[in-house]
Amino acid sequence: MTTLLEVEHLTKRFGGVTAVDDCSFTVQDGAITGLIGPNGSGKTTVFNLVTGYLQPDSGRILFAGRALARPDPAALYRAGLSRTFQHARIFPRLCALDNLIVAAGHPWRSLFTRRRGHADTNRALALLEEFGLAAHAEHPAAELSYGQRKLLEFASVLMSEPRLVLLDEPTAGVNPTLVATMEQHIRRRHAMGISFLIVEHDMNLVMRLCDPVIVMDRGTRIAAGPPDAVRADPAVLDAYLGQ
Amino acid sequence: MHTVIQALILGVLTGGVYALMASGQTIIFGVMKVVNLAQGALVIAGAYLSYSLFTSFGLDPFLSILVTTPALFGVGAGLQWLFLRPLREEDRAELSLLVTFAVALGIEGVLSVTYKTNYRTIQAGYADRSFTVGGYQISAVRLYAFLLSAALLGLLYLVLQRTKFGRAIRATVQNPEAAQLLGVNSRVVAAAGFGIGAATAAAAGAVYGLLYSFNSGSHYDLISRLLSIVVLGGLGSIGGSIVGALVMGVVAALVAALGPPIWSDFSFFIVLLAVLLLRPRGLFGASLRGAL
Amino acid sequence: MSRAGVIRALLFFGLLTALPFAVTEHWIVNLGVFTLIYAGLASAWNLVGGLAGYPSLGHAAFFGAGAYAEAIYFQHREAGANGLMPFLVLPIVGAGVAVLGLAVGWIAMRTRSDVFAIVTITLLFVAQTLAFNLNSLTGGSQGIGMPAAPFDVDTYERPFYLVLVLLLVVSMGVTWAALHSGVGLSLQAVAADEERARGIGVHVTGAKLLAFAVSVGIAGMIGGVWAYYVSFIYPQFAVDPLVTIGMVLMAYLGGRGTLWGPVLGAFILVPAQQYLAYQYGATQLYLIAYAAVFLLIMLLLPRGILPSLGHLLRRRRAAAGRSPDEPAQDPADHAGAGTGTVAEEMAR
Repeated sequence: MTTLLEVEHLTKRFGGVTAVDDCSFTVQDGAITGLIGPNGSGKTTVFNLVTGYLQPDSGRILFAGRALARPDPAALYRAGLSRTFQHARIFPRLCALDNLIVAAGHPWRSLFTRRRGHADTNRALALLEEFGLAAHAEHPAAELSYGQRKLLEFASVLMSEPRLVLLDEPTAGVNPTLVATMEQHIRRRHAMGISFLIVEHDMNLVMRLCDPVIVMDRGTRIAAGPPDAVRADPAVLDAYLGQ
Repeated sequence: MHTVIQALILGVLTGGVYALMASGQTIIFGVMKVVNLAQGALVIAGAYLSYSLFTSFGLDPFLSILVTTPALFGVGAGLQWLFLRPLREEDRAELSLLVTFAVALGIEGVLSVTYKTNYRTIQAGYADRSFTVGGYQISAVRLYAFLLSAALLGLLYLVLQRTKFGRAIRATVQNPEAAQLLGVNSRVVAAAGFGIGAATAAAAGAVYGLLYSFNSGSHYDLISRLLSIVVLGGLGSIGGSIVGALVMGVVAALVAALGPPIWSDFSFFIVLLAVLLLRPRGLFGASLRGAL
Repeated sequence: MSRAGVIRALLFFGLLTALPFAVTEHWIVNLGVFTLIYAGLASAWNLVGGLAGYPSLGHAAFFGAGAYAEAIYFQHREAGANGLMPFLVLPIVGAGVAVLGLAVGWIAMRTRSDVFAIVTITLLFVAQTLAFNLNSLTGGSQGIGMPAAPFDVDTYERPFYLVLVLLLVVSMGVTWAALHSGVGLSLQAVAADEERARGIGVHVTGAKLLAFAVSVGIAGMIGGVWAYYVSFIYPQFAVDPLVTIGMVLMAYLGGRGTLWGPVLGAFILVPAQQYLAYQYGATQLYLIAYAAVFLLIMLLLPRGILPSLGHLLRRRRAAAGRSPDEPAQDPADHAGAGTGTVAEEMAR
C-alpha cells in the first residue's frame, strides 16, 4: 500500500494554546482511516491544516508524495484531496443539483460555457440519485434537513473524483438511520477506490468501519493501528477516561 | 525640518480627534460585526447640535458635550434597536451596510432640512489662540481637542476594563455565544455598543465643529477617512484604530506641509490602497471573519 | 431560454421600443429616458451586488467616468455622423471604463464584502473630489459641455431613448448569459460562501473581476449617454451618491440576483420619484424619503419583490400538494428560485 498523505511534525498555536503539537501520522492509499481522540485533542485543527484552511507554524504535509509549501484548499482539491465540514457547508440558495455541479472542478473555460454542462449534469444527477436526493434536485439546498445536507455535501465533494476524502464528523447530529446510510456510502465509494480519513466520535462506527485508527490526545498522536489494538491500548483508555 | 516637526505636531493633534471617532466605530463593529456607515453622519449631527447650543445659548462646545453625548447615545441605541435588530441573522452581514448607509442619508436629510445647506462652523472666542512651545505653534483649539479625546478614550478604556458593563461588551466582542451563555444580555449589549459609538461621535462632533466648517454633506468625506483608518488599524481593534488615526493624521499633515494641499485629501485613500495591497487585515486586525 | 421567457422579453422590449413613436409628450419620453438609465444601471449593478454579493457603493463613480469621458472627448468637437458619433464611441468608453474597473476591482475585491463596500464608498468620494479639482481636465465646478445634438426638436429624446433601450438589452443580456453559464454559478457560490467556493476550485477572483469590469463598463456607457442627453455635466451630478443609492435601492426592491428584479425596481421607483419631486419639490426631503424607503424595504421585504412572490407561490403549492417524505422544514430561509410560474421564471 502506498502512502497517500503524510503529516510530519505538525505544530499549530493559537495565542497561548498549542492545539497541534508535533503531530505526525500517515494515511495509506485504499484505506478508511479513522482519526479519533477526546474533545480538544486537535483533530479538527489537523484537518484544517491538512486541507489548507489553516497554515501550520511548523511541520510539513505531503500529499501523493509531493510536499506542499503553503497548502491551499483549491490546489489540494484539484490534486484530489477534498473535505467536508462538521456543519455541512453547502450553498443554501443554490438548488441541490447546482450544489453538485459547482463542485465539479473547473478549467478556466467553464466560466464561459453552459452553466450545466452535459457531462457534469449527468454525473450530478447520478450522484443525487445514489444519495436519495434526486427529488430535491431543483429545490434550494436550504430546504433540506440537516442529515440531507450532510449527504449533499458528501456527494458534492465526490464530483471532482478525489483520491482522498476527509470527512469531518460525518454522523454528528444525524439520526441513526442516516448513520447507517452514511456508512453504506462510504463503503461503496471505498470499494470504488477512494480513500478516507474520518474524524468521528461515534466509536461503534469507527471500530466497524475504519482500519487503521489514529488516536490523538493533546495535539499529538498517541496511538495508531488496527481498531482492536487501539481499543485495548492503555494510553488510549487513559486519554479518554482521564478527561 | 521645522516644517516637518510642525506637521507632525499638527498630525498627532488631529489624529487624536479622529481616534475618538474611529474607536466608536470599532466598538460598534466589535459588538455587532457591523460596519457603521453612519458614523460620519453622527459626528456631523453632533457638530450641528453643539453648534445650535453654542449659537442659541452660548454654551461652549466642550461643555455642550455633556448634553450631546447622552442625547446621541440614545439616538444610537434607538437606531440599532429600530433598524438593525430586526434584521435576520443570515441577512445581517449583507444588509447592515446598506441599512447604516440609509441611516446616514436619513441623518443627512434631516440635518439639511433643519439647517439648510450653508456651511457652518463654531466660532468660539479662543478659536484663534495658539501657544508657542519651543519654536512650534500649537493651536489652542486643537490642543484642547486632543486632550479631550485622550481623556474620553481613557474613560472608555476604564469603562471597558473595569466595569461589569465593559466586561460584558468585551465578552460579546470575543465570543458572542459564550457571552450569552454566561448571562450577558446580547440585545442590550448590542444597543449599548451602538450607543457608545454614537456618543463618541457626539463628543468628536463638538470638536469637529470647532476645527472645520461643515454642512450636512460633510459626512462622506468624514466616513471615508474613518473607514480608511479602521481598515489601516484592523477592523475590530480599538488600539489599532487609535494607532491608525494617528498615522493617518500625521501622513495627511506631512503631505499637506510638503506637497500640494489637494493631495492631502487623497492621502487617506492612498494609505487605504496601500493597506489593501500589502496587508489587507491592517496593522492589528484579526484574521478575516468567515474562516472556520 | 424557455419559450415563455422569450415571449416575455420580446413583448417587453417591443412595447418599450414602440413608446417614443406612439407618444409625443416630451415629459413622458423624458421619464422613459431616466427610467431606462436607472434600469440599465440597476441591472448592471446587480452583476456585482446581486449575483456576487459584493455591495458596490461606488458605481456612480464609473457612471461619472463614462460621462466625463464622453464630455471631455466631444467638448471641442462636433457631434458628427448626424449627431450619432457620441453613441458610436460608446463601446470604446465602455471598454475603457471596464479596464479601469479591472484595476480597481483587483484591489478592492481582495478582501471580503464589507471592506469592499468601504473601498467603493471611498472611491466614490475620491472620484467626486477629482472631478471637482482637476479643473484643466474636467472643468471643475464649472462643469463641461457636450455639443448640442442635431436631432429634430419634436422627437429629440427618441435617439437617446432608443440607445438606452439597447444598453438595457445589453445589460440584461449579460445578466442572462451570466446566470446561464459557469460565471453565474460561480458568482452565486461566492455570494453564498466564498471561502468554501474557493476551496472547491471555483475561480473566485476571475469571476468577481469579470463581473465587476463588465458591470462598471455598462454603467460607464450609460453615463456617456446621459452626458450627451443633459448636454452639460457638473461634478456633483455626474458623480453623485444618490445615483448609487438609486440603483442599489431599485435592485433590492425588485429582487437582487434576479434577471428582471432590478428592472422592475427601476420601473417602480423612477416614476414614483419624479412624481414626488413634482409634488413636493424640495430636494432635501428627497434624502429622507430615499432613506425611509430604503429602510422599509430592508426591513420588510429583504429579498425584494420577485423572489418574495416566487417564494410565496412555492409555499402555496408545497402546502397544497406535499409529498409524504418531504421534510417539514420551513422554507422561509431562501430566495425561492423554482420553476413554473411567471414570478419564479422572472426570479431566475
